[in-house]
Amino acid sequence: MAAATRTRVAATLGRHPVGMILAAPYAVYLAIVFAYPFGFSIWISFHDYFFAAPGAIVDHPFVGLDNYKAVLTDPAVRESFGNIGVFLIINVPLTTALALVLAVALNRVVHARTFLRVAFYVPYVTASVAVVGVWLFLFNSDGLVNTVLGPLAPDPSWLVNEGLAMPVIALFVTWKQLGFFILLYLAALQNVPKELYESASVDGANGWNKFWSVTVPAVRPATALVVILALITGANLFTEPYLLTGGGGPNGASTSPVLLMYQRGLQQGEPDFAAAIGVLLVIGVLIVAWINRRFIEGRD
Amino acid sequence: MRRWPTAVRYVLLFAGALLFLFPFYYMLIGSLQSSPDTSVGGAFPTSGLTLANYQDINSRVDLLGSLVNSGIFTGGVLLCTVVFGVLAGYALARLHFRGRGTLFVLVLLVQVIPFQLLLIPLYVLIVRGYGLADSYLGMILPFAINTTAVFIFRQFFLQLPDDLFAAARLDGAGELRILWSVALPLVRPALLTAVLLTFIGPWNEFLWPFLVTKQADMQPLAVSLANYISNVSSRAANPFGAILAGACVLAAPAVALFIAFQRQFISTDIGSGVKG
Repeated sequence: MAAATRTRVAATLGRHPVGMILAAPYAVYLAIVFAYPFGFSIWISFHDYFFAAPGAIVDHPFVGLDNYKAVLTDPAVRESFGNIGVFLIINVPLTTALALVLAVALNRVVHARTFLRVAFYVPYVTASVAVVGVWLFLFNSDGLVNTVLGPLAPDPSWLVNEGLAMPVIALFVTWKQLGFFILLYLAALQNVPKELYESASVDGANGWNKFWSVTVPAVRPATALVVILALITGANLFTEPYLLTGGGGPNGASTSPVLLMYQRGLQQGEPDFAAAIGVLLVIGVLIVAWINRRFIEGRD
Repeated sequence: MRRWPTAVRYVLLFAGALLFLFPFYYMLIGSLQSSPDTSVGGAFPTSGLTLANYQDINSRVDLLGSLVNSGIFTGGVLLCTVVFGVLAGYALARLHFRGRGTLFVLVLLVQVIPFQLLLIPLYVLIVRGYGLADSYLGMILPFAINTTAVFIFRQFFLQLPDDLFAAARLDGAGELRILWSVALPLVRPALLTAVLLTFIGPWNEFLWPFLVTKQADMQPLAVSLANYISNVSSRAANPFGAILAGACVLAAPAVALFIAFQRQFISTDIGSGVKG
């Protein structure tokens, strides 16, 4: 009898129903903080949504694709997506290449291992706000970088130059995030079978050949992950244009979509417009991620 | 890479490491100089170092109060992540219950939902709907349980041998007891890794607490320092000195913790956690 009851419970709730209780807080958290806002975001983007006085009951009529039309025809939005394109074209290849090369080099290091790893990881664990302060100081018009460059210093200076503001931000983010990606590549390198290198040596491959024909293909899944995470980091760009270039300057040359979401959605009170930017941004990330997947992981 | 001599590799690695560390060195030096010296020699001063910039930033930004706010924000996230994250990680790894598959798919999906999509709805809900502006709960809520940490916990509980759990269950131990006295002691290194990884999230976070806190006395240090950088600094005598002093205070706890526990940043742990 007891056994029969237990079987029935197991059939409906699983062998360990207590698992539902243990996982419940996390499940509720995901529902409140991710699932519901996710749906809400898409809902807002299709409605005329605005901030009303607290307690006021207001109508938010369905407006179809109006918000999307407004977003897509807005020159500032287009510019911000273009800026992110510039950012990604510099940041993603630089990040991937440097992280892989440094991980391979660090993987073989015997001496000063701790010092070297800490040096490359430390920007990753430090707050952007803190290191932005130093970069402002370094890339200021009379900062150290321009002092060293002397007559070669760009005019207007880095952060106030329309052509250079975004590349400096891309460089900053590469430096800031590289440690994390080195870590991912180091993990992937531990799983590369040693025999592959040995048989390559037997075939007379030199170091460079081995890197290209053994290491690079073997860490391909990690490369796909690194590219996607770098892409998401880039799409989330906010702190750097907000602080480093004084709110996306000069003339909007370093405005990012998320900065625009903050300015238009919360500062100027158009959350529906901002929600539409968010949805388009995510669709953009998904498309680029999908292309990258086909490109890096082959034809499957 | 036999053709590429070891010495060259070390020279390049050390050059890279010094280049990576230079901004940190410059941050410290700049915070100790009474007036900004951007000459090359100024990066290696021999005298004239002062703590005046720290007093200056402290008079404009309540450093101690901001640090306490950062601490409460970070501590709340750590507490929720460790308690609820471990429970969820254990359940996902070791228990068979209805909805486990669905929950795990959700965990995977959360990893790919970028925060920017949730920015507006979370602001509308938390600040406008629940009235949690300028509160610790409002700051903590979107970060409360770090999904990467849940992943790491799950991964480590999965790696424990099945026999261990079978034996404990045969002895009649309940699941909570097995988790507490059998599984947890064995995954202590993972716990530390996850705690460190979780710590740097809220401690360094700027965008969300910036949106939630408008009152200066509720702002974490990252927010009050950023506000100082973007608004007030132009009026200070040595704005860069004060900014860099604040930056050192903000960076120090995370960097110190990281260096003290850098062994816990073992690449394989975090790699397996991220890869699922």
